[in-house]
Amino acid sequence: MSLQEFIQQLLNGLSLGSLYALVAIGYTMVYGILRLINFAHGDIFMVGAYIAFYLVGVFYLPWWLSLPLTLLLTAGVGVLIDRVAYRPLRNEPRISLLITAVGVSFLLENLGLVTVGARQKGFPVPGMMASPVRILGAQVGGVSIWVPLISLAFLLLLLWVIYRTKAGMAMRAVSRDIEATRLMGADVDRIIAFTFAIGSALAAAGGILWSFKYPQINPLMGIYPGWKAFTAAVVGGIGNPTGAMIGGVLIGLVEVLTVAFFPTLSGYRDAFVFSILILFLLLRPTGLLGEPLKEKV
Amino acid sequence: MEPNGGQPLLSLRNVTMQFGGLTALDDFSLELAPGELLGLIGPNGAGKTTVFNVITGQFAPTRGRILFQGRDITGWRPDRVTAAGIARTFQNIRLFGGLSVLENVLVAYHVRLRSGVLGAIFRSRLYRREEEQMRREGMALLERVGLAEVAREEAHGLPYGQQRRLEIARALATHPRLLLLDEPAAGMNPEETRQLMGFIQHIRREFQLTILLIEHDMQLVMGICERIRVLDYGQSIAEGTPEQIQRNPRVIQAYLGQAEADEEGQGARHDVAG
Amino acid sequence: MKSIYKTGLTLAGLALLFLLIGWANGHLNEYYSRVLNTAAIYIVAAVSYNLINGVAGQFSLGPNGFMAIGAYVTTLLILPVSQKQAVWFLQPLVWPLRAYSLPLWLFPVALLAGGAAAALGAFLIGIPALRLRGDYLAIATFGFGEIIFVLANNIIPLTNGPLGIKGIPNLPYLLWVTWGCAVLTVLAVTSLVNSSFGRALKAIREDEVAAEAMGVALFRHKMLALVVSGFFGGIAGGLLAFLVSTISPSAFTFFMTFTLLIIIVLGGLGSTTGAVVTAVIYTVLQELLRVVESPLDLGPVHIPGISGMRMVVISALLIAVMLFYRRGLFGGREFSWDWLWQKWTKRKGTSWNQTAASRS
Ligand SMILES: Nc1ncnc2c1ncn2[C@@H]1O[C@H](COP(=O)(O)OP(=O)(O)O)[C@@H](O)[C@H]1O
Ligand SMILES: [Mg+2]
Repeated sequence: MSLQEFIQQLLNGLSLGSLYALVAIGYTMVYGILRLINFAHGDIFMVGAYIAFYLVGVFYLPWWLSLPLTLLLTAGVGVLIDRVAYRPLRNEPRISLLITAVGVSFLLENLGLVTVGARQKGFPVPGMMASPVRILGAQVGGVSIWVPLISLAFLLLLLWVIYRTKAGMAMRAVSRDIEATRLMGADVDRIIAFTFAIGSALAAAGGILWSFKYPQINPLMGIYPGWKAFTAAVVGGIGNPTGAMIGGVLIGLVEVLTVAFFPTLSGYRDAFVFSILILFLLLRPTGLLGEPLKEKV
Repeated sequence: MEPNGGQPLLSLRNVTMQFGGLTALDDFSLELAPGELLGLIGPNGAGKTTVFNVITGQFAPTRGRILFQGRDITGWRPDRVTAAGIARTFQNIRLFGGLSVLENVLVAYHVRLRSGVLGAIFRSRLYRREEEQMRREGMALLERVGLAEVAREEAHGLPYGQQRRLEIARALATHPRLLLLDEPAAGMNPEETRQLMGFIQHIRREFQLTILLIEHDMQLVMGICERIRVLDYGQSIAEGTPEQIQRNPRVIQAYLGQAEADEEGQGARHDVAG
Repeated sequence: MKSIYKTGLTLAGLALLFLLIGWANGHLNEYYSRVLNTAAIYIVAAVSYNLINGVAGQFSLGPNGFMAIGAYVTTLLILPVSQKQAVWFLQPLVWPLRAYSLPLWLFPVALLAGGAAAALGAFLIGIPALRLRGDYLAIATFGFGEIIFVLANNIIPLTNGPLGIKGIPNLPYLLWVTWGCAVLTVLAVTSLVNSSFGRALKAIREDEVAAEAMGVALFRHKMLALVVSGFFGGIAGGLLAFLVSTISPSAFTFFMTFTLLIIIVLGGLGSTTGAVVTAVIYTVLQELLRVVESPLDLGPVHIPGISGMRMVVISALLIAVMLFYRRGLFGGREFSWDWLWQKWTKRKGTSWNQTAASRS
């Protein structure tokens, strides 16, 4: 493998990983607060991609307007799902919530199939993404530079929200001790809604960037990225946003580099990621940065 | 009777329990002689329940050792601790709500079942005898604690007082030598509390139990405990007879602070209990 | 009611079932016997899935993986050697399997082997997943299903990859086999659930912390439920292979798990009889719902068929049940003769009282 190829692959892994990171945030934050694996999160990623597709490709809105609009609308979808499907089940056995989440996931996918059809759609990719860039003497595709950079910007913004704003502080308080936060008079439901909004907006950003990288979109596009992002969240330590970012990048790199170095194994690509998941559950269930959760008794 | 007469049944040696940055229990030691009934009191958040949780293996202590009948049980899994002879109740009642009262008790007998899974599926002779035996014992136990009439009802439908009683009965079904009761009188009116006091003394005699009792209700603790230990902010601040404790200035101070806090937070605390 | 009557009634019910199957075997066309077979297979799969999800309360997403293992193992053991040569024409099948097969009359051995292999799979995935509190079982079993899917697609010398395996021999009296397995599964699972072990599993479902404090070893009991569930899942997979006579990885995607999830939720999580009844209802409903997807001509109005509409309806139904009717058909309870007897006598009792009241 030439240096040029290696750099390209490294950047590929990095951009894929940063996308996983964006999606993993939503999983990890919701899990941190509700102990819910939001199975529908990967599909929200898909919804984000489609909203952008329609805004840009059908209504011809410019990207500077479409991007924030997509994030906003997708955040709304996430909040709506929480309000309608999850909130009524907050005090029920957790398995009810999980089953409902699986149902929402299937509903989104099949609504997608029914409304926009199963056919792949070509995503409108801005020119900046398509033009090649020179880096370290190697020529690489624009996406592999821009995607990780834009993702990084979003992730930094998120860290700022979590650690520097009042809303972020409230979110962290809820994830530490939901009952205590409620007793202190905080509107826990609103904080949870805010969490869904942030997670969904980031998933939408992930969906858009993903579609720049792989510009064919379909209603089932969220399934695998979703599960891999969840794996990233577990690897990073579920409940920990920084961990989710690290986990995402790690999973992306591992996935791309193994296939690059062992092309014969490319068929096993997905099995590989899930094996990492199971390995982590076996050897380090708290992930890289997570703390063991001690349920209060 | 006791092979080694002076040996304590349970001893905690310098136990510390930390949750992240919070030290819930700080270098805590305790000895419990066979047959004793010790009261563990202290303001809310003092670390009393945490004492139970480290004894029963819910959490492994950060530091320190726990010995039961001379055996080191530090860090054992809860089910093994139970099998070794320690049973507990929970501050917030944790019954198997959807199961019947009798079934709640039968679950506690399961650990002593000798039949294997196949024996149970194919209803081997041994299994049938064991099941029969369990049911008989379970009904007898319910009889003794006065729950026989409701044996077939679902546990979550019972009135509060009976739920507390069932939780104790369920703990008794594991054949414990040591019983840990976590605020059994919480949410009871004075009359129910008085009944409960009688009940605790009754089972103590009848089942020859050693009891460690966490209680908020001073009347109950002072009424039935020979010895009382006081916790505050994870540390032991006093130990003695009820009279000594009542006069101890540190205890009074700890509880005064609590009383003030309670006045403000009364409504909230009731919400938690309900 | 006396237990001797109850046993009698159960036996009578079974006899009736077998009479029906005996009749169906000779009289039904291929389409209807296929529906009946499918119903029986869904019963096996759903009742075993309900054991881990509904009875023990541990959210597994693994049945598609277990069924896949069962189907492939059964097929590899029973497919005639000549057919194996025809199927694996690009790369040969791995050795002992290439040269040997079981004769068809040993199909129970093949089915049991499939079940055992699936149980082993369940055991292996249970080791990392069941030691942990929380919902790790869901993701680990999902990952397991995906890994099985990827392996089935890629290990061509064993599975023939995406092309799948064709020409699985027909079992004569398949209806007897599928329904026989359904009855045995229901009996075995019910017996387990009603035993001391079943009580321990329900205790875990109701309150894991309390169950452990009562001496129930969590890992061992969850593992028991998962392995038994995996075993019968494998049997269901093997039966499916005989029914459809062609298997490929795509038959065992997550969609299969979703279907079973619907069935046990509609039946009332934790209710074995509920799972049985809804397995049958679902099989029929699935056929009826094909209507939604086919174009509809209402005189002048023409509604084009919308593919996928069926799944929209079904997933919306799942959410609606969870939100508004969580107890499902049987509310976690079991059908019992006592219950029927009580209903019957109560109805008679009230009507008698009403007449008495209206007279006075
Ligand atoms: N699982 C846990 N995780 C984090 N903090 C805990 C946990 N259990 C108890 N604590 C904390 O430890 C302290 C002591 O709690 P506890 O033993 O329940 O007090 P008490 O029973 O005396 O009211 C409290 O501040 C409580 O919030
Ligand atoms: Mg307490």
